[in-house]
Amino acid sequence: MPERSIRLGQVLAFIALMAGLVLLPHVLSYSQQEVLVFLVINVLVVVSYRLLTLTGEWSLGHVVMVGVGAYASALFTKKLGVPVPLSMLCGAVTAAAVAFVLSFPLFRMKGFYFLIGSFAAGEIIRLIWKRFTDPFGGPKGIKRIPGFPDIEFGALSIDFFEPVNYYYFCVIVVGLALLILYRIERSRIGLTFHAIHWQDKLAESVSVDTFRYRMLAFVIASFFAGLGGALFAHYVGTVNPKLFDVEQMVYVLIWAIVGGTTTFYGPIMGVVALTIINEIVLRSLGVDEMRPMFYGAILILSVLFLPTGLESIASKVKAWFAGSSRDKTATG
Amino acid sequence: MELLLQTITNATYAASYMALIAVGLVLIFGVMGVINFAHGELYMAGAYSVVYLYTDLKMPFFLAVAAGLIFVGLLGLVMERALFRPLRDNPLGGLIASIGFLLILQTVAVLGFGVRMEHVPPSTQEKIFLTEGVVLTVQRLYVIVATVVLLGGLWLFLRKSKFGWALRACAQDPEAAALQGISLNHTARLAMFIGAALAGVAGALTAPLVSPTPHMGHAVIVTAFIIIIVGGIGSLEGAVIAAVLYAFVHTFVTTFYDGVIANIVGLSLMLAVLVVRPTGLFGAKDRA
Repeated sequence: MPERSIRLGQVLAFIALMAGLVLLPHVLSYSQQEVLVFLVINVLVVVSYRLLTLTGEWSLGHVVMVGVGAYASALFTKKLGVPVPLSMLCGAVTAAAVAFVLSFPLFRMKGFYFLIGSFAAGEIIRLIWKRFTDPFGGPKGIKRIPGFPDIEFGALSIDFFEPVNYYYFCVIVVGLALLILYRIERSRIGLTFHAIHWQDKLAESVSVDTFRYRMLAFVIASFFAGLGGALFAHYVGTVNPKLFDVEQMVYVLIWAIVGGTTTFYGPIMGVVALTIINEIVLRSLGVDEMRPMFYGAILILSVLFLPTGLESIASKVKAWFAGSSRDKTATG
Repeated sequence: MELLLQTITNATYAASYMALIAVGLVLIFGVMGVINFAHGELYMAGAYSVVYLYTDLKMPFFLAVAAGLIFVGLLGLVMERALFRPLRDNPLGGLIASIGFLLILQTVAVLGFGVRMEHVPPSTQEKIFLTEGVVLTVQRLYVIVATVVLLGGLWLFLRKSKFGWALRACAQDPEAAALQGISLNHTARLAMFIGAALAGVAGALTAPLVSPTPHMGHAVIVTAFIIIIVGGIGSLEGAVIAAVLYAFVHTFVTTFYDGVIANIVGLSLMLAVLVVRPTGLFGAKDRA
């Protein structure tokens, strides 16, 4: 019975994955455990980014949305005294709300125009953090953000300052988030995203409101990006505008592209593989300054020789160019 | 009144080097259909040519600027051959590859010169008093004059010479141009050399005025994006007009409020243009 054995194989693979995730921090050093926490958060960031790319739009403002979640969650706890777990959710909701507002100007554009427009919108938000010292703290950002509260459970007490414990917490949160993102992609909504990517005029002609679906993708992606930012803020304890600049965005782009965005697990592979290479190879060689060069070379090589992630876009971009002048007359 | 005239003078200087950068970017986009994200780093490479040749090796300033122009132009040729030619059918891929190239250039600058700010001594201390209390340093005047000469030359080249016609033909319709016996590779090389060299010469000339750092390209590319979007993404004339417009807005807001507010105003201006008139204020319907 082949079907049954595939099921069994899947179950075994799932159990192996779970066991691996549980055991992993215990074979790593303290500093590697910290990296592991960031890796789990980055998985959420890059997977949520992919949801937006499903509709065919490539944003350069995604990391700023992570920042919106981080800043909002930090401010909710510090200024309003909201308990941390709740404030994380508030941070994610704030990111979603900002995305909702931004979609009105941004989704009048497509293709390159959207790319540059999202870049501009992100920069404006970042400059606002930088300029307005109250409440955003200016270039130095917000410091001493309260951490995740300890859990006292009878004799058991969990200190979330320990990377291992926070790692488990992140794995659970991110795991749930990935499950939701996966279900969304497989649902009717996800199929509509695909339809908009490949045939937006056709989708419109069968009464799909492409603007609303693009906005929905952007809002959902930003919600989970903001959640990632909130997880980050309460672990590191400090946020500043530099953490969410375009350089970080470039890394997210590299993870997504090297992994390939045609599949759900592609970006996850990308971020995991590059983090391992980064931590093990580059750190052991002691060439931290060379890191951007290394990433740049990988990005170029993967664009030139591994077009799996990109080939799907190539035809779309042509359509953008062909279509952009028509859209202009339609929107402007 | 003095402050007003001084600010106008400063804005004229800012408009000059911004126009050089933006025109290069538009030229590359017009002919090859690629947004060159590494354009700010080409500007940085021009500035570091001057740091190396003029500050470190004590070469004459203008020789160093000329060398910087040629060096950055050659970098442009490398980009064309290695990145944009293989990715000709994939403009988004070209953009992403240029992001990779940007990271490489930044790292080379960091490894070669360190992350610290470089100080380039001015090549001349002379000042011109335009009227009572309104100063224009000669160092800035060089930038303004060079811009007028180079952009004027480029305009004549594009309108009058055979190469210029070929370049514009490729920008309008690459396939038809190829059918007329125009080599796409050749025109792409030419456009890339000129576009990159303009960014390089802007960096080289402004090096004594701005204190180069390896990460200076970021602010430059943001500015260049604003200008080409406001001016219309394929229009050379639009880029020049938008550079003047943006430089005046930016300089005035900087003088009367502060620099960060000026950046926010600039970016908002660009978003507004994108929303209201995505083709830009002076944009043609199609590219270039």
